[in-house]
Amino acid sequence: MSEPSAPAGSDLHAQQVRKFWLQDKLFHHATQLFAFVVLAALVGILVSLTIEAWPSIKGFGPSFLWTNIWSVPDDEYGALAAIYGTVVTSVLALLIAVPISFGIALFLTEICPVWLRRPLGTAIELLAGIPSIVYGIWGLFVFAPLFAEYIQPPLQALLGDVPVIGSWFSGPPIGVGILTASIVLSMMVIPFIASVMRDVFETVPNELRESAYSVGCTTWEVVRSVVLPYTRVGVIGGIMLGLGRALGETMAVTFVIGNANRINGSLFAPGTSIASTLANEFGEADPGLHIASLFELGLVLFILTFVVLAISRWLISRSMGSEGL
Amino acid sequence: MHTFNKMVLGTVATAAGLVFSVSALAADITGAGATFPYAVYTKWAEAYQAATGNKVNYQGIGSSGGIKQIKAKTVDFGGTDAPLEEAELDAGNLVQVPTVMGGVTIVINVPGIDSGKLKLDGNTAANIFRGAIAKWNDPAIARLNPGVALPDLAITVANRSDGSGTTHVFTHYLAKQSMAFQRDVGAGKTVNWPSNAVGGKGNPGVAANVQKIKGAIGYVDIADAMKNNMNFVALKNRAGNYIVPNQDAVADAAAGANFKVKGMAPDLLDQAHKNAWPITSATYVLAYEKGADAAKQRDVVNFFTWSLNNGQKMAEELGFVALPANVVKMVEAEMKNIK
Repeated sequence: MSEPSAPAGSDLHAQQVRKFWLQDKLFHHATQLFAFVVLAALVGILVSLTIEAWPSIKGFGPSFLWTNIWSVPDDEYGALAAIYGTVVTSVLALLIAVPISFGIALFLTEICPVWLRRPLGTAIELLAGIPSIVYGIWGLFVFAPLFAEYIQPPLQALLGDVPVIGSWFSGPPIGVGILTASIVLSMMVIPFIASVMRDVFETVPNELRESAYSVGCTTWEVVRSVVLPYTRVGVIGGIMLGLGRALGETMAVTFVIGNANRINGSLFAPGTSIASTLANEFGEADPGLHIASLFELGLVLFILTFVVLAISRWLISRSMGSEGL
Repeated sequence: MHTFNKMVLGTVATAAGLVFSVSALAADITGAGATFPYAVYTKWAEAYQAATGNKVNYQGIGSSGGIKQIKAKTVDFGGTDAPLEEAELDAGNLVQVPTVMGGVTIVINVPGIDSGKLKLDGNTAANIFRGAIAKWNDPAIARLNPGVALPDLAITVANRSDGSGTTHVFTHYLAKQSMAFQRDVGAGKTVNWPSNAVGGKGNPGVAANVQKIKGAIGYVDIADAMKNNMNFVALKNRAGNYIVPNQDAVADAAAGANFKVKGMAPDLLDQAHKNAWPITSATYVLAYEKGADAAKQRDVVNFFTWSLNNGQKMAEELGFVALPANVVKMVEAEMKNIK
């Protein structure tokens, strides 16, 4: 642009400043709007779930949560069996997944040679990208028959006569059921938990680690006394993240949990989860209490997952913010 | 309409929009509903388009969805496995006609017992499926099967976990055979299965469970059972004969039925014909008596008239059973009411 004369130039300058200011303002509001759309969607989902579930909320009251009936022919519904299946499969999945993920993260950050870290880390992250229906199909057609043939009978022979524990492994070995769903779920959450753990382990300052090694600590002592205390909150956050995913997992669980709306003390028995009940019954549910109860189940799952994820986010951010350097 | 449905449909529509935007202008009529006849309607639509150049879209969204959509006037025809009652047809000014038939069959996985070698009657089947008979060597089963070596093996009932027309037909048959079944399990698209039951999603899910679990008994439609090469049981029909399911036995069930009723939906279960397969049902389409768009109404009639006259072989290849010729004539007469 050619040099403008003084008065006109300052005018032009002011105009340009104003233009930039407007652009900035517009940009600011546009991005703000996008961000708030997400929030509005969240609130919208919550509100619409509540509205659709209202006949069931009004009809059954809070006892919906602890009633163990799910009978479509009698039009009576209670969420206990689904909540039980959701919580038991998720907790069992974590019991299996957490030690394994811990081992993976530990190996990757403390023991693994540097050249192997990238490929191994990528492989674990790729596991997280496999669509859940693939886990479901694999679980039903490959894992469940092997489980019924080679794992369930020996487990029953080994533990069947032990009091209390024996009843967890009773019933015919049919492959699908609560335990199978838990094992498949654990494989699905391992990549999530392991990669969060690896990330928070990496926030431990090398000075701390090296000083511990220099006073003669073993790897395990370094992990136990330096790495874990330093990253405790982040590790718990990662576990909660895995829990959130396990709670809401739908297709894989629907394939292998056995889809029976009841509570059975045995882990070999079929059960159901909130998400799998929705996947199974929503398509052909008749209007009225049935569909309202399904919406209320959805609402319960929404709140459950929301709380778990909120806690995990908070813990992870606390760990990364205050304890990391 | 429900919000969740909307969300799902929204996502599907966005994805489908990309695919269909090109062909949207050429798409002539749209139907939605039962998933059971999806394969045959799609096949017919393809052949019909090749023959006439007119397009038919059918979406398998479930029978309840099909009824909902036709009442909401969002489709040109609806598909349903559970026929509407006369009063409901009158209230909605709807015409209902059958299109194809199918059968539900009982399949088993019992080591040492070949397909068709195990005999059951309706009452014993009902007792098995309500959990009252828990072992394969139960005297009630042994009495019907002298000379068959029945193992001391627990029975696992394999049921459909998703709400389905197959379950609807099967449980109505068993409930007719046994009051106890009606009381314990009930009849409908989703019912209360016994404690030895394991649910699988869709016909393939049930088929997989029966094939993988030793001692399992389940129900799938004949087409799926044949495709998966499963072991049938021979079921006693009303005439007292043990029938191994096949397409002829389904056709025989329709031969004796009276289709001259409003809605053309006679009860095809447990028919008296000596070779009739007892668990037979038809699937139906719903259309408007007086539609807003006369051209589309005519297209609906043309499509099904063409399919019923040219599509029998296509239906049979897919495991369905074509309507008997006299019923096709009646359907054509009934479709004159679609204007």
